[in-house]
Order: sequence, then C-alpha cells, then structure tokens
Amino acid sequence: MNLNKLIEMANQIGRYHAALPDRAEALTGTAMHIRRFWEPRMRRELLAHIDATGGEGLEPIVIEAIGANRAELQPAQ
Amino acid sequence: MTTIPINTRTDVDYGTPLPTSTETITLSIDGVDVTVPKGSSVMRAAATAGVMVPKLCATDSLKSFGSCRLCLVEIDGRKGYPASCTTPVEAGMQVRTQSKKLGDLRRGVMELYISDHPLDCLTCSANGDCELQDMAGAVGLREVRYGYEGENHLDAKKDTSNPYFEFDPAKCIVCQRCVRACEEVQGTFALTVDGRGFASKISPGQMESFMESECVSCGACVQACPTATLIEKTVVDAGTPDYDVVTTCAYCGVGCSFKAEMKGREVVRMTPYKDGMANHGHSCVKGRFAWGYATHKDRITTPMIRKKITDPWTPVSWDEAITYAASEFKRLQSQYGRGSVGAISSSRCTNEETYLMQKLVRAAFGNNNIDTCARVCHSPTGFGLKTTLGESAGTQNFDSVQHADVIVVIGANPTDGHPVFASAMKRRIREGAKLIVIDPRRTDIVRSPHIEASHHLQLRPGTNVAVLNALAHVIVTEGLADDAFALARCEPASYAQWKDFVSKPENSPEALEAETWVPASVVRGAARLYASGGNAAIYYGLGVTEHSQGSTAVLGIANLAMATGNLGRPGVGVNPLRGQNNVQGSCDMGSFPHELPGYRHVLDDSVRALFEGRWNVSLEKEPGLRIPNMFDAALDGSFKGLYLEGEDIAQSDPDTTHVTAALEAMECIVVQDLFLNETAKFAHVFLPGSSFLEKNGTFTNAERRISRVRKVMEPVAGKEDWQVTVALANALGYPMHYNHPSEIMDEIASLTPTFTGVSYARIEELGSIQWPCNDAAPEGTPVMHEQQFVRGKGKFVPTQYVPTTEKVNRKYPLILTTGRILSQYNVGAQTRRTSNVEWHNEDRLEIHPHDAEERGIHEGDQVSVTSRAGETSLRAHITDRVQPGIVYTTFHHPESGANVITTENSDWATNCPEYKVTAVQVSPALKGSEWQERFQSFTSEQLGHLERAVGVRSPKP
Repeated sequence: MNLNKLIEMANQIGRYHAALPDRAEALTGTAMHIRRFWEPRMRRELLAHIDATGGEGLEPIVIEAIGANRAELQPAQ
Repeated sequence: MTTIPINTRTDVDYGTPLPTSTETITLSIDGVDVTVPKGSSVMRAAATAGVMVPKLCATDSLKSFGSCRLCLVEIDGRKGYPASCTTPVEAGMQVRTQSKKLGDLRRGVMELYISDHPLDCLTCSANGDCELQDMAGAVGLREVRYGYEGENHLDAKKDTSNPYFEFDPAKCIVCQRCVRACEEVQGTFALTVDGRGFASKISPGQMESFMESECVSCGACVQACPTATLIEKTVVDAGTPDYDVVTTCAYCGVGCSFKAEMKGREVVRMTPYKDGMANHGHSCVKGRFAWGYATHKDRITTPMIRKKITDPWTPVSWDEAITYAASEFKRLQSQYGRGSVGAISSSRCTNEETYLMQKLVRAAFGNNNIDTCARVCHSPTGFGLKTTLGESAGTQNFDSVQHADVIVVIGANPTDGHPVFASAMKRRIREGAKLIVIDPRRTDIVRSPHIEASHHLQLRPGTNVAVLNALAHVIVTEGLADDAFALARCEPASYAQWKDFVSKPENSPEALEAETWVPASVVRGAARLYASGGNAAIYYGLGVTEHSQGSTAVLGIANLAMATGNLGRPGVGVNPLRGQNNVQGSCDMGSFPHELPGYRHVLDDSVRALFEGRWNVSLEKEPGLRIPNMFDAALDGSFKGLYLEGEDIAQSDPDTTHVTAALEAMECIVVQDLFLNETAKFAHVFLPGSSFLEKNGTFTNAERRISRVRKVMEPVAGKEDWQVTVALANALGYPMHYNHPSEIMDEIASLTPTFTGVSYARIEELGSIQWPCNDAAPEGTPVMHEQQFVRGKGKFVPTQYVPTTEKVNRKYPLILTTGRILSQYNVGAQTRRTSNVEWHNEDRLEIHPHDAEERGIHEGDQVSVTSRAGETSLRAHITDRVQPGIVYTTFHHPESGANVITTENSDWATNCPEYKVTAVQVSPALKGSEWQERFQSFTSEQLGHLERAVGVRSPKP
C-alpha cells in the first residue's frame, strides 16, 4: 500500500473526530472508523509504521486513538 | 425462448388531469351516474364512465385549453354547447355527449381542420396512430365542402434538424399541445405560436429550427402531438409499433418507466409510460431517444481472451472464456493469497446482478473485495444518512416535491443530470415554491424561463461544509430551529452539542464569508427562508459528496433537516439525486466491501451467520478493499485480479495515470461490458454484456423505487449478465443455480429485512415498490421516518469545516470542478454511440472571461489544463456561468482526459474522490497533451487487437 496515502487518510479521519467535544468518543471514533472500513493490509501497514517510527506524519489524535485500541485494530495474521 | 409480456393498449387519455381533491362529485353522463374528484372536467368524468368525448386539443397530461371545439356537449340547464374539457363537474349535472346537433357541430369543426390537412393518410407515418384520423372517424366526417384549393399550409417546409424527430407544419392543426407540453410538462418554454389567426404556426424559439432553438429534445411535444406533425424518425422509417413492453430506463437515477414499443424484436421507439410513478409520462433526450447504442456496431458479441494486453484478442466460446477467467482467479489466489482478487460492480447493473457480484466475491473468492461505482459518487450519502437518520437512502418520493414550499438544490444540476425530476421541480417552483441554489456555477435551475432562485449561494468549490455550518449558525442563533421536533425526535444531548458547535462565532456567515465567497447576507437570507418558509426539501448531488469532506457535508444536510423539523412528511426531506439508474440499488445489494445486503456490517456475527446459513459457506469478517485501495494494493503487488461488470474505471475514476498503472500491474482483468471500454483495453478476458433491453431484472431509483427491467430482445452475445456471473461462480467452484432473476430477488428478500415484501409478483401487482417493503409496510414506503427515525432517535453530529489540502497557489491558481451535461451520460459509452453527440461532441473547458483574457484565450481555443496529477488539453468555452477563478469541464469523452488532471484526494470517511476541487493552471496550447498522444497511440493499438479478433470467429454457444 502507499504509506503516505494511508497516513493522510488516517489523519483525515482524526481531524474529523478531533472536532467532537467528547475526547473519549473522538478517540474511539477514530480507531473504530479505521477498524470498520480499512482492509487488514491497510491496518497492518499503518500499525507497522507506528511500531517502526512512533507514528511519523500522523496527527496526535490518530496515534493516541490507535494506541488505545491497538488490540481491536490488529488484524489476525 | 423469451416470453414477452405484451400489454394490451389499455392506456386511457382522460383528456384533462386528475384533480388532487379528495372530495367527490356525482353527475350523470348520458344517463349513467359517475362519481369523480371535485375539480374534474366533464370530459374527464365522461372518460371515467367509459364515454370518450371527441377531442383534439385536450390530453390528460396538460391543463384544459378549450381551443378545438370538438368536445362540445349539452348540459341540462345550460345555454349553448360548452366545451367539456373546460367545464368543471357539478353535483347532479346531466350531460349529453351525443345528439344530432352535437354531431353536426363536430363535423363542421373537423371539416375545417381537414380542409387544410394533407389527405395522405395511407402513406402518412402516423397512419393508425393519429388522433386527427381517429376523430374524423369518430365524428363521421364524410365530406369536406370547402374543397382543398383555398389558401392552406400544405406546402409548409419540414424541419428535420432534430436527429430524433421531425416537424411537418403541413400536418399541424395548431392545437398547441406541443407548446403547452413544452411549458407545463417540460418547463423549457422553447415553443410558441407565431402569428395570429390563419397565419398561426408553431415556432421553436423565434422561428428557428428545433436544433437552433432552446429545445432540449425531451420528446414531450412529440408525445403530445395528436397528428404526424411531430413524429419520431424511427417511426417514419419503420412504421408504427405492433406491441409494447413496460420497462425502466437505464440512464439516470430518476428511473423513468418507458414503453419499449416494438416491431418483432426491434425497438421502434421508447415512449414514457404514463403510469410510471417516477416520471408520470415524461422523459428526457437520453431515455426517450438515446437507446440506439444497444444495437450499435461497436457492441462486442463474442467472449475474448488474451494472455497479455499487448496481445491481440482471441475470440472464444463462453465456456472457454469463463473457464479461463476462473482458472486465472484461482491461480492468483493460490499464488498471492485469498485477498489478491476482487470485483467492481456498477450502478448500471440490475439489483440481481450486483447482488450476484457481491455474492460471488464473498462466497467464491472468499473475501470482501467488492466495491461499486457508488464509491466514487454517493458513498458519503450512505455514511452520512446512516449515521444521522439510520438508513442509507433518500427520505422522500419524487412526488413529495409537489408539497414543498422551499426547495434547496445543493451541488446538483437537475436540469442536466436528472431532467425529468427537474421538470417536476420546476413545475412546483412555477406554482410558487421558493428556490435556494448552492452551487459554484450558475446552473440552468438558477435562472430559466419562469424560474429564478431566491438565493444563489455561489460558493467556492470545497467549502460546502462551511456554508452548511453558516446556515445552521443562523438558524440556531436567530431562534429559527424547530426545538420541539428536534427534542422529540432526536437525541437531546447530540442536539444540544450540535447547537453549541454551530453557534460558535467562527461558524457565522460573516466569519466564513472570506472562505466561502458567499456574502453573509445571502447566507442569512437563505437560512431564514429554509427554516421558516414552510415545507423545505433539500435535493443534493455529487457537488456535495465528491469532496474531501463529502460525508461531513451529508451529515450537515441531515442536521439542518432535523433541526428545522423538515423530515417525516411529504414536501420536506433529504434527497440525494443519484447519478446513475441503480446507485441506490447497487448500494442496497451489499456492494460495498464492509457491508452485506441491507447495509449490515460484515463484522456483525449474527448477520454473517444469516448469510452463511443461506449461502452455505463461511464468510470473511474483515472489510475488503475499496476501489482506490484496490489500485494501491495492485501497485504494491498484493492485488492481482479484478472482475468488473459495467464499470469503466479507466475513464471515470480520478487520476487516470494512477488507475491505468494499477490496471497494468494486475495479471488478470475480466471486463464484462457492452463495448470495449477504456478499462477493457487493459483487460485479459472480455465477457460481452447485455443491454437493459436484453435482460430481466430490477433497478432501484433515487426514491428507493424498485421497478422492473423487462427483456424485449435476446442478448446479442447469448447471455444475460446475471447468467455470466452465475457461470463464473460455478467455474470457480461455488455453485449458483437460478433459472430467472425473480429467484435472485426472492433470495434477496429472504435475507434483507427492508425487502421481505418484495417479489416480482408483487412488483407486477403494484407497478413498482419503494422499500422498505415488509410486514410493517406491505405496499412500500414513499416517505421514510414518519413516526420515528430508522435508528430510533435522530443523531446530530458536529461538522467541523476542514479545508481541503488541494489548494490553489501561483503554479495552479484556478479551481477545476467537473460535472455533466444533459445530452451525455457518465463516461458516454452509451450516449456517445447515439445522435446525442450532435449536442455535445467534445468536452469543453468553461472559463470566465476575465481568466480567459488574462491568459490570451479566445472562444474555441485549444488550452492546456495542468494539475498536480497531470495535464490534458481541451477547447475553451468562455462564459460567466463560472466565476473568476473557477473552471469547469465534463468527462463524457475519454480523449478529453478530464480525470488525468483530477487528483487522488478523497472523502475522509469513504474515499469518495474529490472530483470537485482540483487546483489547475490553464494556458493556450498548440496541440494535445503528452497523455493525449499516448492515449491515441494506445487506443489505436488496442483497436487493432480488437479488429483482428472481431469477425474471425463468431461466438460459440
């Protein structure tokens, strides 16, 4: 997959949710949107990027949301 | 063997329209009591009683006119002989439609008509289908005492300028049905009567030819004409049809019902079906006339295969093609993994076909890599309306617009994209409804004869969400919201949260004016009108969805409707205008990679279990790849095979260079289509498709109306599309057995709660059905969310405006936005193969005079259009329809390369591409772009590969 595009897509999702007044809802919303709409190889590549770089290029809300919901997001091998 | 249901001609022309009154009146017609709605004409009452009063200027699609004087009757207590078409019924009225005196009067009238009419009935194109001829017979005309030598119009010249119909003024009786149809039904006002008295003649525009005039070739005048004056050229050539079959148009999301009028197995003409609930007997130039593509010489009629796209095609039998495709998909899955293949269906497919496509992917491929072209148009609608209201569909039926007091059109161009609905909308506006248009361009709906928007919010492309927030800000801060509705019907906490959000000063029209380009006073005026002008209905199109915030804009629209109580009854609602005929249906059928039919997520164990039980297979629970993800996966080497039905991604999807690189990276592309479309030039297997005339099925239009598609001729390549998918599934090792698409619909109904009451038998009974159709709504649901929202309480969602990352700068200072035109349809594969090219034979770049002058560009000049994605060239059309800083084009012709310049930016929630905002530079050009040169060379190479195949072998059974 194109990593830069995945990063931008994740950031777009984060930016949308960042506007929600309830921070917990924003974090869960970000993570669950990725969980519900991203095919496993996309999630796998984004998670590998976070593991390798700490989430370079990703907005803080995305890193936090993924960190808090890592188990849900990790596709089965 | 096909069984064709032949409709006996039971259509009755009641002469004047059905009034809306629920009050009834009883009167006597020729001694027989008849009860009709108050406001009916005597003529209509008579027709209801089965008594057909002679008439020429009256027809029930038009208001009564009273000019021909043929429908005179006698009424007890009334003096003289009133015209039955203009006389309203009264209780107890005693009407006589026949008497010696009436007979004499009618014959006298007919005598005058016939004295100035060619007596060539036997060789006339309308022989046997002419009301004048019928009336001459009905009144018993036996002689014309005036002779034929006097002054007459018999030498008047024919106008054959329109490619589809001719106008022979020599045969015209100046009943003005054509003029009135153009005004009342179509709303274009292109026709008039020139001159007075004997000199009166019908004039397109100001005595222009039809093609030179403003005529949009909808066919309403032809439909209304009682003689051979306006007649289809196909009827002139082939003669009048022998029988007809009711079917559904294969163009836009209005889903008009048509009668395919046949001679043997050939279509003679398509006429709009009066009982069609979406179109009520009206049509547009595409559905009415542009069906010749079905028998175009470019149709591919034999399956073909090849190893590499540099190879010539080899014609093969269906068995060979299907076996080869299946073996390739199996090879790829075994070599690269289960997720390495997928499919894309199209909104041009029937419900049954799209259902089978997703079933094939899920059950035979064993993954969820199924997507559909709604990805690139209305996927944000599905997301936005599901989130807020609970159902991924428009809330109203089309007729609802007749109850609207305020009509808001956002990012839609209905007169071009949804012309038949636009006519209904314009009729309501002429009756007094107010219009608000939110669009960067001055589309025809903004100002046209007898139509003028109260407010045109001519926003900067990409700022829909900011404008919607500004509208909401005014509604909330000025106390115009319907709190009682919102608190009773929606989640109170989400409503309070949303009100806080939109009330923020940064969402005020004044604060956003610089961003949106819309003067704050205009936003305030529009918001006040929407919130307090009575029933207010929003109609929106791809100008809303095809943005990086497309889904947010849909959420914003739903918020506005909930906050103002404009949901749950006729005249209001949130209405996505779907671009193609079966966008709604293809989405309903589970064509998205995260949803099974009925919009149920693949993660839901109980839903998967339901389908697993019925399909006898284990289903993947992870969502699959969406179309843009498929391209990226192809380029990274993990996605290798694609099955496409009816979809031309190489032309329709953004950033063409990226798309074609992805296609070239795949090892097996199977295209099922009518023509060797742009995508098929990259294919390894070609499976010939069947047109809507060649198969059975159903389409679901933008108002959730499921209508039958009925086969009127055999598929040119021997198989209906659903049969091809069945054969491929079987070859892949997943058994599918259906004898008829009705069995597929039965399966859909058994698995989808909103479809449980749907069957072909029920559609036959009701004519068409708007889902949900189940025990709770056995006859379907014209208006949704009447008592409560499908999700229970409506959910308000804050919609923060996030500017697109696609920004103008010195290098790319203009914003390109794209759209479509009336005469062409989507990628043009169908309409380009009809005479519709006479209206639009190339895509042009609209540019404002200031921008053109700055660049030294003149009308018709070849210009280069460059974006961050690529470069193409088009001819310029200089117009102030676009604002300075904005340019616009259509994408109907592949060589235009409109999508070479659009980017991969997409909606945050659904990946719907941001077609509507591309930063570009425009400059004079001497020749085509490099891409266009490559395109021409690749196209001629691929056509060479085709030519070597076609005609070498005929298709095997």
